[in-house]
Amino acid sequence: MSTHDQRTLHLDPTLCDAHGFCAELLPELIHLDEWGYPIFTAGGLATDIPHGLTSEAKRAVTACPVGALRLTKHA
Amino acid sequence: MSTHRLLPIDPQTGRVRDLRTPTAHIGAFGPLGTVRSAAHGKPGPLIEEIAASGLRGRGGGWFPTARKMEAVVASAADRRTRSPGSRPVVIANAMEGEPASGKDAVLLAHVPHLILDGIQAAAATVGATDAYLAVHRGTPSVKMLEHAIGERRSDAVRVELITPPARYVASEESALAHWAGDGVATPVFGDRPFERGMNGRPTLVQNAETLAHLGLIARHGGAWFAEVGDPEAPGTTLVSVGGRVRQPGVIEVPTGTPVADLLARCGDTDGPVEGFLTGGYGGAWVTSEALSSAAWAPAQVRDAGGVIGAGILWALDAQVCPLHEIARVAAYMAGESAGQCGPCRFGLPSLADDLEDLAGGACTSDDLARIGERLSLVVNRGGCKHPDGTARFVSTGLAVFEAEVSEHLRGGCTATRPGHTLPLPKARKTPVKRAGKDFK
Ligand SMILES: Cc1cc2nc3c(=O)[nH]c(=O)nc-3n(C[C@H](O)[C@H](O)[C@H](O)COP(=O)(O)O)c2cc1C
Ligand code: SF4
Ligand code: SF4
Repeated sequence: MSTHDQRTLHLDPTLCDAHGFCAELLPELIHLDEWGYPIFTAGGLATDIPHGLTSEAKRAVTACPVGALRLTKHA
Repeated sequence: MSTHRLLPIDPQTGRVRDLRTPTAHIGAFGPLGTVRSAAHGKPGPLIEEIAASGLRGRGGGWFPTARKMEAVVASAADRRTRSPGSRPVVIANAMEGEPASGKDAVLLAHVPHLILDGIQAAAATVGATDAYLAVHRGTPSVKMLEHAIGERRSDAVRVELITPPARYVASEESALAHWAGDGVATPVFGDRPFERGMNGRPTLVQNAETLAHLGLIARHGGAWFAEVGDPEAPGTTLVSVGGRVRQPGVIEVPTGTPVADLLARCGDTDGPVEGFLTGGYGGAWVTSEALSSAAWAPAQVRDAGGVIGAGILWALDAQVCPLHEIARVAAYMAGESAGQCGPCRFGLPSLADDLEDLAGGACTSDDLARIGERLSLVVNRGGCKHPDGTARFVSTGLAVFEAEVSEHLRGGCTATRPGHTLPLPKARKTPVKRAGKDFK
């Protein structure tokens, strides 16, 4: 695998509707709270994506029915 | 060195002077003079004085005002276009959402022109072409303020009075910008208002007291402002002192005043007090012991375990049940959620239910552990800091009143006086499920 820019997954909590697809696709990084809302294991509303999980993160972004997830790239 | 800067005292009556008319205002403070405007992507020259003053925002966060203004100007300069849609706008936050706070209402009632001077000074400094003064709907001073604004014919920037709904989160800065632009008073997640606020414009939101101080800095300069107070957060500051003190009310003191002196100004505590609420319902509880040796400045109060926030100091009567008080406020804060984010919308009501059980003696140590878990579940996960403030209020309260918590787990309660003391606005009839017409 070539060297990639670091990607970060961001959650907009005002949009998230607890559909839960993100936690299914990225169980390593996301689990759901007792009300069905995603918790980033690392805490907060943004989490760095390990290189091996970039494609899963991209799938999570498209799978989220309300567009609450966003991926950014930085060096 | 007088410490009655914002609120001059009438020597005859010992009361705060009524300076509502322009004549009385100028008689007491002198004229504002011209404040030069921002130009060529740089703030107006008053920024030097504001930076030198060390002024920090009095709305809760104590953020350096000069830095926020510079960020607004930089954000406007970054825009490629010079369209009106990229011009800065100023919003004066006189909403005073904290139920135990009274300082902004005192300023509005006695020195409204000082706030309006501050708005003019801020608008010129960041290059704003329009400005808003936000007071919550139903504020008694609306007519008087409209009149006061109308009397200021020589103002360079037009000020419009706006009245967002009286909801706790409606005065969070992104919610205010949202209201001013779109008429919806819910917090907005993402860009901060200084980057993209009202209608996407760089928006400077400042607390009413911050602006009143600015009105004086524009007259006397930054060095004058910093002559009194704690070097890290200079000047005087307003404190709303309430609860079990002989003379509750709003007082003006230099920052860094020992809490003991501050209480003495209010006639001292009147009966046993074990804990104080600092900063309001988004603030923190502190034991009397820890607070009594502290000084009223952000870092010192923080070291004592509290938070100055919007300048609230409430002495809780040791004879009432602190857990009932905490449960009531938690229920109020849960009802004030804008209902946009799951952890806030569901987490706060769950917590409020748990706390009601704890107050009522129907809580086991397992339930208590669940409260702890839920407290951590609502922190850092909302679109705004409403759940975080509520969680801090609850967690510090459970720690400060730990002995009472143990008593309740055993089914007891040491309260000897029934009833409630912390103020709450009238209960809302229907809890809000989703951000809806309640926020319009
Ligand atoms: C839930 C919530 C409610 C708030 N309510 C108020 C308020 O009633 N008045 C106020 O000045 N600031 C309030 N704030 C803080 C504002 O968001 C903002 O930081 C402040 O108005 C900025 O002014 P300052 O820099 O002059 O302090 C609130 C913040 C939160 C998170
Ligand atoms: S998929 Fe989207 S809506 Fe569903 S939990 Fe994840 S972020 Fe929220
Ligand atoms: S955290 Fe609560 S109050 Fe803040 S935006 Fe989300 S739902 Fe609204």
